[in-house]
This record gives sequence, structure tokens and C-alpha cells, in this order.
Amino acid sequence: MEQVIIEQVQKEIDRLAKKDVYIHLETTNGAYASHFDKSFFSSGAYIRNALLQYEHGKITGKGPYRVGLKMNFGWVYAEGITHFEIDEKGRLLLAGHDFEGKLAVALQLSETPF
Amino acid sequence: MEKERHVLVVFPHPDDEAFGVSGTIASYTQNGTPVTYACLTLGEMGRNMGNPPFATRESLSHIRKKELQDAANILGITDLRMLGYRDKTVEFENEEVLASHMSAIIKDVNPSLVITFYPGYSVHPDHDACGAAVIRAVKEMPAENRPKVHCVAFSHNCEEEIGQADIVNHVAAYANQKLAAIKAHVSQTQLMVSQTAINLENQDPEVIARFHYERFWTYPF
Repeated sequence: MEQVIIEQVQKEIDRLAKKDVYIHLETTNGAYASHFDKSFFSSGAYIRNALLQYEHGKITGKGPYRVGLKMNFGWVYAEGITHFEIDEKGRLLLAGHDFEGKLAVALQLSETPF
Repeated sequence: MEKERHVLVVFPHPDDEAFGVSGTIASYTQNGTPVTYACLTLGEMGRNMGNPPFATRESLSHIRKKELQDAANILGITDLRMLGYRDKTVEFENEEVLASHMSAIIKDVNPSLVITFYPGYSVHPDHDACGAAVIRAVKEMPAENRPKVHCVAFSHNCEEEIGQADIVNHVAAYANQKLAAIKAHVSQTQLMVSQTAINLENQDPEVIARFHYERFWTYPF
């Protein structure tokens, strides 16, 4: 992955708009967070291969970035995006890595299931 | 350590075998006891991505599969089974179906000893669910046919509730293999490996004790 180049990511978001796309969205803090620090409130969410269409999408912020996809009746949103990759299958992989290089958030879009 | 016919190790993640069990595995394989390692997932949801990142959410499973195979080779495991579950979802699987999958593997391998996580005392939900499925599978066997089950536990409350580990294996003779197995899981362990190696070199007594002795609880059926 490389650090977000906002123009390139926006181009990919535009390319996938108004198409059926499979979404992978996750945010996590690791299964051991509460084991190592009892005061830590562990939470996370994960959805893989949700099939949807968005009317338009946008990457914004000064970095780390925020990405929002506007759907007919709702929204998809991720905060903390730092890196991107268009992989060998043409999928847009967006990720937010924390200061230790751990994955904190991921938003991925693909025209085929992950 | 008792002589075993065949040892079956069942854990949910690549690297689960490395920290607390690899010395024990190496001691069995070096003494000619076959060890089967059934690994439920490929650790697809791991968070260590490096800085700069060396993996994506999609490429991580390929990387961790290779690391698992390397670690198995280092430990002399010739029967590595990757069961195809997905990281962080094991606890949501149908418990009966998961247990019958474990039953099929136990029947096939016919082990005299099974090593897995102690359900309820192993911190990660995948660990607890994996251990529970193995225990359920063994429980369903006629008592006289059951293999022994040695469990790994490390939750904060484990000693308070299930007592001290009754099996303590001294594995100092296999420390190099153990360190190599931990290192093989580079995507998950590179941050801590160098510190562990330094602590071992400095003869830090706490680290030595943790590294040279592997503890298990015999599951009471």
C-alpha cells in the first residue's frame, strides 16, 4: 500500500459510483486490547461483501482522510484512512494504519466479491 | 513427557502454536512422535501491517499461510491442516457443526493426546470457541476411547478458577526451534521477537521461565 494520493483515490471512487459494488468495511482495536489494559473498552465492527450502489462518494480531510459514500437511502463512512492500493484485481483497498502500523480501519470496494 | 502415539494440536490462528506450545511440539517430533496441526483460520484479520505497510487486508492471508507452513516445517510437523474458517468468526459458527468437524479430524488422526485452548480461559473469542468445539467432540466419544486433552490457558482469572497447570514441560533444549518458529510468523511477531531474543540473551529470569517451560491443564472430563 502507499500513502493516500487524494486525486487518485477520488478517481477510483468516481469510477465505481452507480455500479453494483461489494464493500468490505471494518474497524477494530484487536482482541487483546482489554486483556492488556482493563480500562480499555474494546469495540469493533466488520462487514464483508455487502452488495450496494452509491450515487457519489468523496475522500476528504487533510490526512488521515475520511471517505463517505452516499447511497439512495443511506451512507457508508470510514474515518482514519491513511493508505490505499488498487490491487491486481482492480479493487480499491483503503486502510487506516495507526502509529504502530496496525490496521485500525479498512474500507474496500470491488466489482466482484472479496 | 509421556510417550504418545500421535499428537493433535488444534488452534485457530497461525502463531497460536508458536508462543506456548512450539517447544512441546518440537520435543514430540524430534522423538519420532507424529504431530498433526489443525489450524482453523489463516489469521486474515490480523492488524500488524508494518510501517510502511507490507500487507493489505486481502494479501495478509497469503502471507500468513506461508508463515504457518514455514513454522510447521521448523517444528517438524508433516501434517498441517488448514481448515478454512475465517479469523474472528469462529465463535459465530454453528457449534454442533464445528464440533463434528473436530470429531472427524480426531477420528482420522486417532491421537493419544490433543492440545488446544481451555474454553473460557483463553482470552480471544476464537480461542475459547476452538477449545469448546474440541472438548465437545472429545466428550461425545466413549470414555474409554477418549484421548487426553491438554489445554493452554492464560486469562487473568485462570489460576484462580482452574488452579495451577498440572503439566509443565521443560523445553529449553528446543529453545532455538521455538524462537525460529516465533520468527517465522514475521507479520505478527517481528515487533516483539528482537526484544525476546535480547531478554533471553540477558538471561532475564522471568523471560527464561516463560520461554523454557510450557504449561498445560489436563481437561477434566
